[in-house]
Amino acid sequence: MPIFLRNPKFWIAVVCLLPLARLIAFGFSGGLGANPIEFITRSTGTWTLVGLMVTLAITPLRRLSGWAGLIRYRRMLGLFTFFYVCLHFVTYIWLDQFFDPAAIVKDIIKRPFITVGFSAFVLLIPLAATSTHAMIRRLGRRWQQLHRLVYAIAILGVVHYLWLVKKDLTEPLIYGAVLTLLLLMRLPWGVVLLQTIRNRLVSAGAWQGSFQQNRKSG
Amino acid sequence: MLIQKPNDISPSEITSPEVYRERRRFMQGMGVLAAGAALGVAPNAHAGIKLAGIRDSVYKLNEEQTPYKSVTTYNNFYEFGTGKSDPADNAGRFKTRPWTVTIEGEVGNPGEYDIDSLLKLAPLEERVYRMRCVEGWSMVIPWVGFPLHEIIRRAAPTGNAKYVEFVTLHDSRQMPGQRSRVLDWPYVEGLRLDEAMNPLTLMVVGLYGEVLPNQNGAPIRLVVPWKYGFKSAKSIVKIRFVEKQPLTAWMKATPNEYGFYSNVNPQVDHPRWSQSRERRIGEFFKRDTLMFNGYGDQVAQMYRGMDLKKFF
Repeated sequence: MPIFLRNPKFWIAVVCLLPLARLIAFGFSGGLGANPIEFITRSTGTWTLVGLMVTLAITPLRRLSGWAGLIRYRRMLGLFTFFYVCLHFVTYIWLDQFFDPAAIVKDIIKRPFITVGFSAFVLLIPLAATSTHAMIRRLGRRWQQLHRLVYAIAILGVVHYLWLVKKDLTEPLIYGAVLTLLLLMRLPWGVVLLQTIRNRLVSAGAWQGSFQQNRKSG
Repeated sequence: MLIQKPNDISPSEITSPEVYRERRRFMQGMGVLAAGAALGVAPNAHAGIKLAGIRDSVYKLNEEQTPYKSVTTYNNFYEFGTGKSDPADNAGRFKTRPWTVTIEGEVGNPGEYDIDSLLKLAPLEERVYRMRCVEGWSMVIPWVGFPLHEIIRRAAPTGNAKYVEFVTLHDSRQMPGQRSRVLDWPYVEGLRLDEAMNPLTLMVVGLYGEVLPNQNGAPIRLVVPWKYGFKSAKSIVKIRFVEKQPLTAWMKATPNEYGFYSNVNPQVDHPRWSQSRERRIGEFFKRDTLMFNGYGDQVAQMYRGMDLKKFF
């Protein structure tokens, strides 16, 4: 077996590219429906939100499982999220507005949900740009402070979705609920709660492997 | 030489329409199992049947018509769900017979019309209209129907009738979207009496020369081409003539976003998005939205002196 097939990162990348592959397949088979531009915009936006949620789930999952190694995959998930938001933005600029600067500026100022979405996109750029090892080392403590922006970005992303739907708020509210939960798990009592759940599970005999792993490392 | 006479077929051998429809539905059901999923089209008991005796009309827009498939698979009909493909997915088994439309309120001749008598009320004509959705997309659709004023004339409105209210069927067993409280059911729309009498205002029973598919508002719907699409109520069961301006479903849901008039107007934006441009389904570039959706010559005089920003 080639060595890269044994690397989980390879498989994560494959999974992360599936939404794009689906869009391309639909594009060739006519599956994008009567309004393909809307379909592509919706889809890339949805996967950006999913990417944000999955990336934000890493830390709570790590605390819950005690599996410190999870953190190794966070950057990749974050960068794929950025990849989908770029596709989302390009769809808007190119397919939706067709590079009409006046229309885009008017749109960004006038349509509140575009304003919010655009802000979230702009804020993500420095995070993507500082994701290299060199930048992490160079920024030191400030790197973490900067990357806390992702909480605000995720909130803006959900608000962007909430404001664009005509009436049926079900889906944006689901994202809102998931995000609220992920953010609560970062508050001091959320961290304690995760620790408590973990201790209960460990003493009940579940999570044997990670418990031992944790013992060895700690 | 054997010549078969018409009476060679005994009446007992002729399939009654009810049984025919049942069989048809059964076969369509089987067909759906086989191919329906691939086509993405659910059975429609009547859709696809050619309408006879359709007249030509002068109201035929000379613009490329939106393909039948797009018109019937991409639309809003919240009674069947809020997604654009939900109506096509969920309206297949919707029953459009028997169907009656009640005419009531401030009229000299109230009453109930059976759908089949409505179909014979006035000559059917084909009209190709623009359709502009409040969400910023548009289509060009060849509808089949007759002007609403044919009904109004027969109903003989009294002097108190200032507005006409349209009510859509409320039946959550058949309309799964009504199980959600996304709107206050039943769907209610309304027009001022002069708007309802305008020759452009159409009662529609067909599309592309065929019986209206369920997902597009069968068996009978309204089409008001100079207003945003949601004004054109679907699957209508009641037409009421009233003195006071009706409170429509969308005004009830979000009064700051949807007004009673809802005329297509590129200068008056939706609070959350611009209305100056639109994407014609099937086209790549957006196009400018036209005042009154391009029907200003026929309708602008009705709004003379009105502040259309205030009466949006």
